[in-house]
Amino acid sequence: MVDAAVIPIPEEIEKPEPIRHQDVGSFFSRLQKRLSKSRGSLVKRVDELFLGKKVIDQELLDDLEEILITADLGISTTQELVDHASDKVARKELSNPSALKKVLREKITEYLLSSDQPAELVMPESGPFIIMVVGVNGVGKTTTIGKMARKFVRSGQSVALVAADTFRAAAIEQLQIWGEKIGVEVISRKFGTDPSSVVFDALAVARNFDVVIIDTAGRLHTKVNLMEELKKIKRVAGKKLEGAPHEVLLVLDATTGQNGISQARLFNEAVGVTGLALTKLDGTAKGGIVVNVCREFNIPIRFIGIGEQMDDLRDFDPNEFAEALFADDNDEDGER
Amino acid sequence: MFDNLSDRLEKIFKDLRGHGKLSEANIHEAMREVRMALLEADVNFKVVKDFVASVSERAIGQEVLQSLSPGQQVIKIVHEELIDLLGGVTEPLNLQGSPAVIMMVGLQGSGKTTTSGKLARMLKKQGRKVYLVPADVYRPAAIEQLNVLGKGIDVPVHPSQSDQDPVTICQNAVVAARAHHYDTLLVDTAGRLHVDELLMGELANIRAAVNPTEILFVADAMTGQDAVTVADKFNQDLAITGVVLTKIEGDARGGAALSIKKVTKRPIKFVGTGESLDAIDVFHPDRLASRILGMGDILTLIEKAEEVVDKKKADKLVKKIHKNLFTLDDFLDQIRQIKKMGSLEQIMGMIPGLNKMKQLRNMPKPDDRELVKIEAVILSMTLKERSKHRMINASRRKRIAKGSGTTVQDVNKVIKSYSEMLKMMKKMKGRGKIGGGFAHGRKKRKRPKGLFR
Repeated sequence: MVDAAVIPIPEEIEKPEPIRHQDVGSFFSRLQKRLSKSRGSLVKRVDELFLGKKVIDQELLDDLEEILITADLGISTTQELVDHASDKVARKELSNPSALKKVLREKITEYLLSSDQPAELVMPESGPFIIMVVGVNGVGKTTTIGKMARKFVRSGQSVALVAADTFRAAAIEQLQIWGEKIGVEVISRKFGTDPSSVVFDALAVARNFDVVIIDTAGRLHTKVNLMEELKKIKRVAGKKLEGAPHEVLLVLDATTGQNGISQARLFNEAVGVTGLALTKLDGTAKGGIVVNVCREFNIPIRFIGIGEQMDDLRDFDPNEFAEALFADDNDEDGER
Repeated sequence: MFDNLSDRLEKIFKDLRGHGKLSEANIHEAMREVRMALLEADVNFKVVKDFVASVSERAIGQEVLQSLSPGQQVIKIVHEELIDLLGGVTEPLNLQGSPAVIMMVGLQGSGKTTTSGKLARMLKKQGRKVYLVPADVYRPAAIEQLNVLGKGIDVPVHPSQSDQDPVTICQNAVVAARAHHYDTLLVDTAGRLHVDELLMGELANIRAAVNPTEILFVADAMTGQDAVTVADKFNQDLAITGVVLTKIEGDARGGAALSIKKVTKRPIKFVGTGESLDAIDVFHPDRLASRILGMGDILTLIEKAEEVVDKKKADKLVKKIHKNLFTLDDFLDQIRQIKKMGSLEQIMGMIPGLNKMKQLRNMPKPDDRELVKIEAVILSMTLKERSKHRMINASRRKRIAKGSGTTVQDVNKVIKSYSEMLKMMKKMKGRGKIGGGFAHGRKKRKRPKGLFR
């Protein structure tokens, strides 16, 4: 360490442009590109499976099972769907493979829409709209909050973000940078403060805003004490402001497998989840686990995340989602 | 939810007892259950298919051992096959080169930065001079996060800026490391999707620039079927050298690990077991195999207990218990040992079946802070009080509470749980010896509840 002071660190060797923030095109062109990608591949896979054959046989049903399971739908839902299909075949209600696809899509869409609550966010009649965002570590809570805030700002609402993740290193800074980017206020306290107290303070000034979004620390749903902390945050919010939080948004990662059910169950038991956001759908993961979650807990999906940019958050469309479950990305990998 | 795989297999084989061979028919049925269990555990569809095929081949025609039921026999075969697949040679980290460079790669949110911090702490403890290099210029405050972690474990962090190019950062860092004689570089790259060609290209450029000896692919234990696609792409583009499985302390069965191992053929080197920086373990294939099959992780628990419990101390304790000399000081010792084994929640999670019991799941878990409190209370007692707890009267309790920063209720609680432990110990010793201690041959009267605390 002696010569640390003597030898200077070379400041730069070469400095090419950072590659990420090149011209990414307009919002719409990006969206279109993404959509056409999934549509194109969808057609391919379905062609292969459904149109290449004249009759529905066991082999086709096996292939179907594979598609559904590899989309993370889980074994029980998959079996139910396949049984549903083979029942119809046995009763001669179905004979050609393309009708089979339609039946399945309808069934999946039905699962996705099983919630009796509206898919859009319902704002309270008066006062600020308080959203509390929860989820396990690393699903993209903070990023989703940034994108949601951007959406609200675009529709002319005033937004405040509450940095109630006082545990993870630099989580507060992460939210503050998002706040700066979008131009919204971030309410924060020191690192390590009791998150409930941050929320308490924040809700004291909530009336100055239309929308207040609370960022909580990621926690594994099996950690009982951390779930208790989450309950407390919700309780404190409700005490400070009648009816708050109006929305408890659970963020799920599309790459998550069957554990997603356990996550949804325990978060729902603890704080009563009212909506879901499915992130990281821009990869090859299909996020089929939400079909189970929707079905079992009757929670509507509010948003899907399709990228890292500010505008990469979309409203959820069950039909499109059900279609995309059948898409095959592996073929695309081969092309690259 | 599903039953444990072993229960289900027992059901299938309940007719087939004792001798006999595992026939094709009953193996077929058993394999359906195995397949279900693996799919439920998020093992990839294709991997399951191959696995089941190879296991049935091995199982058919095997003699049922006398000591095992057919169900157990199948489990044994499945378990062994899983261990084979997950394990193989586990090499230690390759730390050659000056400096040795370790590169962390993976999807967003898989836990690269936290794992970097954990590895840095571990390597530092092994006597390496570690230098942390934040190369995530995209996620807001990612560099800041590594800075905070580095400060906490007293490991220097390269002064990256988010407007710099990651490749440049890494090149600068190597030069800086040489200048400062750091021997190990830990490069924390940004999370990225495997389909993002631009960013995957960036990783390849970093690799070419710093020539790492280890490229660790960090994967979330909760990952589903897509694990195969992701791991395969990362491996093809970068030739990863190992895998770190994170967030394993949750209730995910971790089948993704099997998929990743199968497609990359690279060893799983570490597992992340919690949010604190010491929560990293060497990977044990047998334990994960049990877990994928839903059979708990009793081995880790035993090993941890062995690590912590001092044999001499334990012998001494047994003697003390026999002589009724178990004091509050010994009680404190016990509590400290539990603390060393990890958080109570972790310990409970390792016991098979315990997690599934309903009442236990709903009960608030013992708080680790509670242990700290107990420690404080006992340390605030005088030595005399610690060996003769019954002398602790109300005014002493008040003093202890004040001294330990707790309340009289807390003090009462500690004394009560201590005296309950005493009672339990007496019961364990059996009736014959009760006379030895303070009772001095007198017939032991049952005390009214609440009086004795």
